[in-house]
Amino acid sequence: MTLTEKILARASGKATVQAGDNVWVSADILMTHDVCGPGTIGVFKREFGKTAKVWDKNKIVIIPDHYIFTADSLSNRNVDILRDFVREQGLPYFYDVIDDPNGQWKFDTTKGLLNRQYGSRYAGVCHTALPQKGHTRPGEILFGTDSHTCMAGAFNEFATGIGNTDAGFVMGAGKLLLKVPPTMHFRLEGKMQPGVMAKDIILHCIGEIGFDGATYRAMQFDGEGARHLSIDDRMTVANMAIEAGGKNGIFEFDEQTRAFVDYRCKLNGTKADYQPVERDADEKFIYEMVVDLSKLEPTVACHPDPGQRKLAKDMSTVKLDRAYVGSCTGGKTSDFLEFARVLNGKRVMIDTFGVPATPEIVHDLQTARWGEKTVWQILVDAGVQMTENAGCSACLGGPVDTFGRMNKPLVCISATNRNFPGRMGHKESKVFLASPATVAASALTGHVTDPREYLS
Amino acid sequence: MQSVFTGPVYVVRDNIDTDQIISAQYLNLVPTIQEEYKKLGSYALAGLPDSLYPTRYVKEGQMESNYPIVIGGRNFGCGSSREHAPIALGAAKCRIVLAESFARIFFRNCVATGELYPCECADRLCDVLKTGDVVTVDLDKATVTVKETGKVYSFKALGDVRPVVDAGGLFNYARKTGMMPAST
Repeated sequence: MTLTEKILARASGKATVQAGDNVWVSADILMTHDVCGPGTIGVFKREFGKTAKVWDKNKIVIIPDHYIFTADSLSNRNVDILRDFVREQGLPYFYDVIDDPNGQWKFDTTKGLLNRQYGSRYAGVCHTALPQKGHTRPGEILFGTDSHTCMAGAFNEFATGIGNTDAGFVMGAGKLLLKVPPTMHFRLEGKMQPGVMAKDIILHCIGEIGFDGATYRAMQFDGEGARHLSIDDRMTVANMAIEAGGKNGIFEFDEQTRAFVDYRCKLNGTKADYQPVERDADEKFIYEMVVDLSKLEPTVACHPDPGQRKLAKDMSTVKLDRAYVGSCTGGKTSDFLEFARVLNGKRVMIDTFGVPATPEIVHDLQTARWGEKTVWQILVDAGVQMTENAGCSACLGGPVDTFGRMNKPLVCISATNRNFPGRMGHKESKVFLASPATVAASALTGHVTDPREYLS
Repeated sequence: MQSVFTGPVYVVRDNIDTDQIISAQYLNLVPTIQEEYKKLGSYALAGLPDSLYPTRYVKEGQMESNYPIVIGGRNFGCGSSREHAPIALGAAKCRIVLAESFARIFFRNCVATGELYPCECADRLCDVLKTGDVVTVDLDKATVTVKETGKVYSFKALGDVRPVVDAGGLFNYARKTGMMPAST
């Protein structure tokens, strides 16, 4: 069995499963957020009853992150709906925007968009917050009401996005009927050259198989090259499995995984025991591809879909209006460090926005020093508009007052994960996806630029 | 259950993602609140660029669409897992989406909510039909007939999906078939 099949077999209580089997799978974690949580709660109450209790309160994680720093009253209300539900059910894992469990969330526009407006428990973008808060464990099943839930496959678990109705069912029943997906095998070899990042790996793979090349399938990333990737890098790769239509992306378990997961579970006092899955000798794959990481170059996915692959070096004629670094995919500490490495001591030519995925990343950037300055200050001095209000922000457009949202038909290069028409706001705007390093180099020139031009 | 649907079609191309079906800015609406459910319908497919789709799916000021059948190309419903997407189409009174292929989560959300029938047709109907053409879809026979030409195309039968959508989604189906208690 493949890694995905082994996890699904275990979670459905079967000795073996194979691609195409329909199995009832027990959930280890159900995650939801402010955009789909209220609807999921609505389905749960409608179907299981107004006084029903969730199947296991320790297995539900609620992370408001999407439409937080907006004056939109319905969006503010949605965070309050989550809080009411958490109080009623006694759920321990709710990363609220405010500290008062009986309060109401209201974004104060007079304080501006850049300065922090959240309490001590707020965790930021759900997919980045889940591992930081110790909710991703090898061998487990994670369901989330968000397509990028597949990011947690970086931790050797089965993680996939589901809709509100399915999530409402899981909330009450703790399980879900799934079809076992066939596995596509991506064997990674070698090491990335300077200027190349994990984003380039996944954009390369999606370009190879196409925007729907993994529909109904699992994407397994392994091999020597995968073992050399950092946890952040694995998260970036797994995150975008959905951009090829994949059901999940998954990595092998190793010492890096163990160290990260053990530390994070301990830090937040979450469940610390887990059982990883290892590769079998008899894995059957529906597709195989070898990726030599040493041959990859800075890669871009052009408007209007993540499968429109080109090399950054061939795109210097593409003029840009703005640049954006942020989101689950591209807003991690390591992403901002590479962004800063290119921008250090220089000045951006176009409007450039930086949105760290989580408050912890804000803290990292505000405390990490390169010489006299913090990384945060280096970015601000380079002309980047950095906000402390960690969250999904303009990656998915959001309400019109969202930080960095394109409210005009502009062209943006972005370290985010999706670029269908209108994704970052105005429906005639265009998004080009690239690594934080490529976004940085492009911000310096105002056109798509290979970051290797700026490596000393 | 109704098996035959006749009406004008609304035609879109490949890769219509969930942002184009329901723009992210309207995700502040909660589908299980009735008034907000209806509003979602009024925004169905409003995320399509005007430059490519000058005719709106739901006319300005209306809550429902005049097109009960949507014709799509490859990978219809790709992108996010937002259930608001099939719900917006259903609330706008779309009954059927006939596409060359569907993205996985959208297909599943159509079935789970029972909002509409997602039918896969190997023929690229989006190359054959134009918005406003009238067709008759017969779910029992798995055929679509174009009124003007009389031409008949077959699509993949819905199989086990059909009774779930007929029942109005996963929970209603589970109750109807005894998988869940009839009422809570």
